[in-house]
Amino acid sequence: MLRLTCPYCGVAAEETELAPGGEAHLARVGPEGNDDAFHAYLFERENPRGVHFERWRHAMGCGKWFHAARCTVTLEVFGTYPAQTTEPPAHIRAAITAKRPGWAWRGLS
Amino acid sequence: MKRYSAFAIAREALRDHTGWGRAWGNPEPRRRYDAIIVGAGGHGLATAYYLGRNHGIRNVAILEKGWLGGGNTGRNTTIIRSNYLQDPSAAIYEKARSLYETLSQELNYNIMYSPRGVMMLAQTEHEVRGYRRTAQANALQGVDTEFIGPERVKALCPIIRLEGPRYPVLGALWQPRAGTARHDAVAWGYARACSEMGMHVIQKCEVTGIRREGGRVAGVDTTRGPIDCDKLGIVVAGHSGRLAEMAGFRLPIESVALQALVSEPIKPAMDVVVMANTVHGYLSQSDKGEMVIGGGADGFNNYTQRGSFHHVEETVRALVETFPMLSRLKMLRWWGGIVDMTGDRSPIISKTPLEGCFINCGWGTGGFKAIPGSGWAMAETMAKGEPGPLAAAFSLDRFREGRFIDESVAAGVAH
Amino acid sequence: MSTRLATGGRLLDRSRRVSFTFDGKRLSGHPGDTLASALMGAGQLLMGRSFKYHRPRGPVASGAEEPNALVNLRDGDRHEPNQRATTTEVFEGLTATSQNHWPSLDFDVGQVNAALARFLPAGFYYKTFIHPRPLWKHLYEPVIRRSAGLGKAPDPETRDPDRYEHLYAFVDVLIVGGGTAGLAAARAAGRAGARVLLIEQTPHWGGRAPVDGGEIDGQPADDWVAATVAELEAMENVTLRARTMGAGVYDHGYVLAYERAGDHLAAPAGPRHRLWRIRAERIVTATGALERPLAFAGNDVPGVMLASAVRDYVVNWAVSPGDRTVVVTNNDDAYRTALCLKAAGLDVPAVIDARPEGGGRLMDEARAAGIRVETGRGVAKVKGGKRVEAVYTCPQVGEGATVQEIKCDAVAVSGGWSPVVHLWSHTGGKLVWDAAEAFFRPDPDRAPLGDDGAANVIAAGAANGALGPGEILADAHAAGARAAEETGHAPKSDAAPSGDARDEAPLAPVWLMPQGASVKLRQKAWLDFQNDVKVSDVELAAREGYESVEHAKRYTTLGMATDQGKLSNINGLAVLAQALGEEIPQVGTTTFRPPYTPISMGAIAGPATGATFQPVRRTPMHDWHAAHGADWEPVGQWRRPYTYRREGESRADAVNREVKNAREALGMLDASTLGKILVKGPDAPRFMDMLYTNMMSTLKPGRCRYGLMCSENGFLMDDGVVARLDEETFLCHTTTGGADHVHAHMEEWLQTEWWDWKVWTLNVTEQWGQIAVVGPNARKVLEKLGGLDVSKEALSFMGWTEGTLAGFSVRVFRISFSGELSYEIAVPANHARALWEAIFEAGQEFGVMPYGTECLHVLRAEKGFIMIGDETDGTVIPQDLGLDWAISKKKDDYIGKRAQQRSHMADPERWKLVGLETLDGSVLPEAAYATAPGTNANGQRNTQGRVTSTYHSATLGRGIAMGLVHRGPERMGEVLEFPKVDGTVVKAKIVAPVFYDREGTKQDV
Repeated sequence: MLRLTCPYCGVAAEETELAPGGEAHLARVGPEGNDDAFHAYLFERENPRGVHFERWRHAMGCGKWFHAARCTVTLEVFGTYPAQTTEPPAHIRAAITAKRPGWAWRGLS
Repeated sequence: MKRYSAFAIAREALRDHTGWGRAWGNPEPRRRYDAIIVGAGGHGLATAYYLGRNHGIRNVAILEKGWLGGGNTGRNTTIIRSNYLQDPSAAIYEKARSLYETLSQELNYNIMYSPRGVMMLAQTEHEVRGYRRTAQANALQGVDTEFIGPERVKALCPIIRLEGPRYPVLGALWQPRAGTARHDAVAWGYARACSEMGMHVIQKCEVTGIRREGGRVAGVDTTRGPIDCDKLGIVVAGHSGRLAEMAGFRLPIESVALQALVSEPIKPAMDVVVMANTVHGYLSQSDKGEMVIGGGADGFNNYTQRGSFHHVEETVRALVETFPMLSRLKMLRWWGGIVDMTGDRSPIISKTPLEGCFINCGWGTGGFKAIPGSGWAMAETMAKGEPGPLAAAFSLDRFREGRFIDESVAAGVAH
Repeated sequence: MSTRLATGGRLLDRSRRVSFTFDGKRLSGHPGDTLASALMGAGQLLMGRSFKYHRPRGPVASGAEEPNALVNLRDGDRHEPNQRATTTEVFEGLTATSQNHWPSLDFDVGQVNAALARFLPAGFYYKTFIHPRPLWKHLYEPVIRRSAGLGKAPDPETRDPDRYEHLYAFVDVLIVGGGTAGLAAARAAGRAGARVLLIEQTPHWGGRAPVDGGEIDGQPADDWVAATVAELEAMENVTLRARTMGAGVYDHGYVLAYERAGDHLAAPAGPRHRLWRIRAERIVTATGALERPLAFAGNDVPGVMLASAVRDYVVNWAVSPGDRTVVVTNNDDAYRTALCLKAAGLDVPAVIDARPEGGGRLMDEARAAGIRVETGRGVAKVKGGKRVEAVYTCPQVGEGATVQEIKCDAVAVSGGWSPVVHLWSHTGGKLVWDAAEAFFRPDPDRAPLGDDGAANVIAAGAANGALGPGEILADAHAAGARAAEETGHAPKSDAAPSGDARDEAPLAPVWLMPQGASVKLRQKAWLDFQNDVKVSDVELAAREGYESVEHAKRYTTLGMATDQGKLSNINGLAVLAQALGEEIPQVGTTTFRPPYTPISMGAIAGPATGATFQPVRRTPMHDWHAAHGADWEPVGQWRRPYTYRREGESRADAVNREVKNAREALGMLDASTLGKILVKGPDAPRFMDMLYTNMMSTLKPGRCRYGLMCSENGFLMDDGVVARLDEETFLCHTTTGGADHVHAHMEEWLQTEWWDWKVWTLNVTEQWGQIAVVGPNARKVLEKLGGLDVSKEALSFMGWTEGTLAGFSVRVFRISFSGELSYEIAVPANHARALWEAIFEAGQEFGVMPYGTECLHVLRAEKGFIMIGDETDGTVIPQDLGLDWAISKKKDDYIGKRAQQRSHMADPERWKLVGLETLDGSVLPEAAYATAPGTNANGQRNTQGRVTSTYHSATLGRGIAMGLVHRGPERMGEVLEFPKVDGTVVKAKIVAPVFYDREGTKQDV
């Protein structure tokens, strides 16, 4: 039973208030993209054992989508942040590095 | 290896069962095998078994990082059915079901296939239409199902309440030859048969890398040293992503938790398996007397083999509503498994971008029922280097082409 | 035999009696008794039968760990199987029956299994019942099933009369276990000011410390417990709850607790059970320890009990399990039982101590009390069937050669203690093997983690491996203080409660007696009493290669009984380790899973049953429909009238009447359930262009347009009419089932992809009632109501207007899902019923009739309009349905566009929408498939199409259908064959999917 703090309304939200939305930071591929790029966007997932950036909606609360950085093995939450970003913000990355030294994601650490 | 029979038990009883040997070997890995299967769950062991039985490939090792059958093979609700809507699904699940029917005799290991019948309740008009469609499709696919009315539902399963205040039972899709089997025994039976063919079932041997030479697979690195092979089959369910990464490709897969639970054992109360998809719950009674309950999967990535309580709560609430006698039974044990979900919720049995490397994964919530068919199809794919008719539709390419195999359309969820 | 002692019983009210029945026999006990103590007090030690061999079974324990004493409790609708007698409080009128036997507890035919035990070793069923195949289903399995199971199944028509509640609690510190450890931890955390919830599974506080005696802070344990409970009860920040078990720990500090609020009452006035859903920042597990039995031949005979349980029965309930009790042990603690029995005036013929040197101070005390102590000895065998008659002692190091027969009627056994680590382990807390004490205890370096990555479970007292009274108190006090501190509450500097330090000689890790027991003895030495797993079974599993602890467990069923191995787990591991020649920690444990002890399904389901199972959504006109004969159909959470039946009318007749009336006169439909979503803002036009396949930005204010919405994967997801309210505002109609989903879909794209676009959405579905007025007389009735110009000129087809109709503020949309002249009138929900009635009233002279969903379906099918969920199933793209006209070619992009370019989506070989007309005019079977010649590579019949909608058209007097057919639109006039389930075939011709008013003149008048 996860508990995630919604970065908009500040509520420590129960899992029952939240709707999961899968991997975060997927860049949309539109009609201009080739088959491989579109396939990767729609289906290929990192599915890591470890740090995962993921989307949640505070569906039974303020209704906002947000992102969480969470470990899929310990379920530890490194932080949550607004969905209106294309990559995890620096303070989230720092929080992860503090707990998982040497960690990196798409060249960021 | 000793044949199992009532006679053998009687003979052994006279010497206090001291004469039984190992059901499967405990060999040291060789330097090289013709084929390596990673993952000694039901699917991996069945793949190895049919490689030997159907294709004469017996220099095979099955590598398992933990203990054989320790993943989802031993964690599911043991339902076996083939009442699927789409042709490719119906074909492979029916193949599996028909192999299950005779598997005890084939393996000389009683896997307790119990063809007690499976019914999927229709509780909305939409579901009625969906299941009528499935019954029509099944008739053409050679799968024996029919749509039955509420009276037959009640006659087959007296503990059901037809007139739920919310979702009355309007009928059901009934597959009389579907049923259940003893899940652990399936893995154990295949392991014993593989071992008897001279294959190596190697437990506590984790694959740490996949070696490539000239664009094709050369072997694996393991915690017990490097091992060469011509062909490599990855059959590791929730851990497929990691192995694929070692082989240099990515998968359309996410790993989530699926939960199940059992009640305390009671005397026989229901003789069929009932699935209620509108309310996300399914129920059967094991030979031991436990009411076996399953529900929907969690929605977030998870490798912990434990899920969230509210899913269990929702499932139990729905089932108590449908089977009121459950209310005063007690939940004995609750557990979770990690299932690998693909983009269309149907499995993958496929060649991969790495030549000589094959993958079987993505069974999601419905893998147990497919084990013999899956192994059959995977073995054929590995042996011939190309998928046969059972596997053809389940290729990795289908996502790129938009050629999905979507079973949710029959108002059902795949369990 | 077991009897009630003349005096004592700290938990009993001996001044009163309660009567109850067991197997129909009338017996009595005292308030405070458990069913087990009351039965034993009444001389009834035999309480059940084991699972596999149907061996006679008496209680071995006194609490939640009991594997044997399971009964059917109560009867009728309150019948409950497998209730543990040791945790069932007796109440006046309680009825219990014993389980798993036929015809009676004393004489059970099933006991033949015990005689055949040598033929039924672990896993025997995997090796037999293989041939002949049909016999498994028809003979073997039914026999096994009847023999297995335990309690009686409730009657199929059982309706549980009791209530169940769910409660929520949010606390700083949850303390599980109300023994001295839990109390000490609660006191420390409570004094520091933390919000504390302390729960205890039994009705009593203090755990077993008062039974074992000794002093705490200079007072008798009972007094200290009473004083501490009083202190805690006085604290506002502390809540205490007895009869409440910590059932399971879940992630991020979520804990389930199970309160048996009414199980001790004949018929609870309040709820029977409460399920507590607790969020705790810190969880202190003060769950104590459980004593382990020892394995020796005949250790399952009724009368063989845990030494601590014997003590509990004597001290708590004044019950002696026997008159002559032999104590068997590998540690000092069991001497307390010997001393306790002696003090109660009972006979202890001997203490059999496996340790060559025996024990320490407690042994000396026993000897001083005149008890004979035999060291270096074990039990070769217990003599007896339904009751212990004697034990045969032997040297522990030998193979079982009998030294002596000791007559006795009870045996008190102690194999040492194991901390209760279940809750610690549920979310991944790891264990460490303590070789000195021979148990697994929590590894503080690998504790379960909370959402912040910090350890959030703290084990305390015996649950943490502390065994002496003083050690327990000190450890628990520290745990409580730490939990308070970690939740931001500075602990007071007061000292831990003081208790006696442990003064015991070391235990000897003995698992089997004697050490070299022969195979004959090992076949009689039980590990799991309920499931009948013996030492020889685990050894057989090891020999056959079932070497992993999980294999051995599953192969033998060790620890899989209703007690989940609380007594058998460690002993089984030890035997397995020995058989494999490995150390116990290398073998490892099985996984601990919730719940700690079984909890009722009723409690899990909670109060949301019956009518409150799920909410029912009602339109403003709901009651009117009900009063006018509505035949309801659930549509999502809504209820909609399927049809309105008149006296003596069949469902089909009613639908046909409604269809004809709508075509010929005037129909009314409650369309309020349709989704209505406002999309507004400067960027609303471009957002609408992304959302729909159509070009929505060109829609003029005052006009409507039918639109299609796809998922990013290209599949048709929803459809509906969009009205442009003004330059910046669109009103999107969705399907009934799609409203919430479509709104969420819009928000998802706005918030996560185009967050810089200035667009707002609002789901106003429930704010508006919507009434479709349909048929040739539609305009007449609206004109009669007056207030709004609804002429063709003022309000043309696909236009909308707003104003006042019959005095109501309305929006009127000139749209049609029936092909008739039709107006959809939206009105604020609180006026909807009044307007509905006004239209109905005014429509009388025009022949008005309400119609339901089925008529709606027929009308739309006659016109070839698709229905989401019928023509679509999540695999269909708009192009399959001939809806290319609704897909803009001018737009660069819309959600789903890229997906529809993939090879399979653009394939001309796809199945496409056509109409189907049976040659004989009959109605095609629902969802029938059109066959094609031959079979595919898997032997399945080839198909070339399927029926998506099929109805009897009252208008045309024949069956009509729509379907998806391979290259269908190119094959007009071809005849397809549709097999029916009865084996016959229906032939149908491919036609255009519009059966009525092909030119569309009727709706545009």
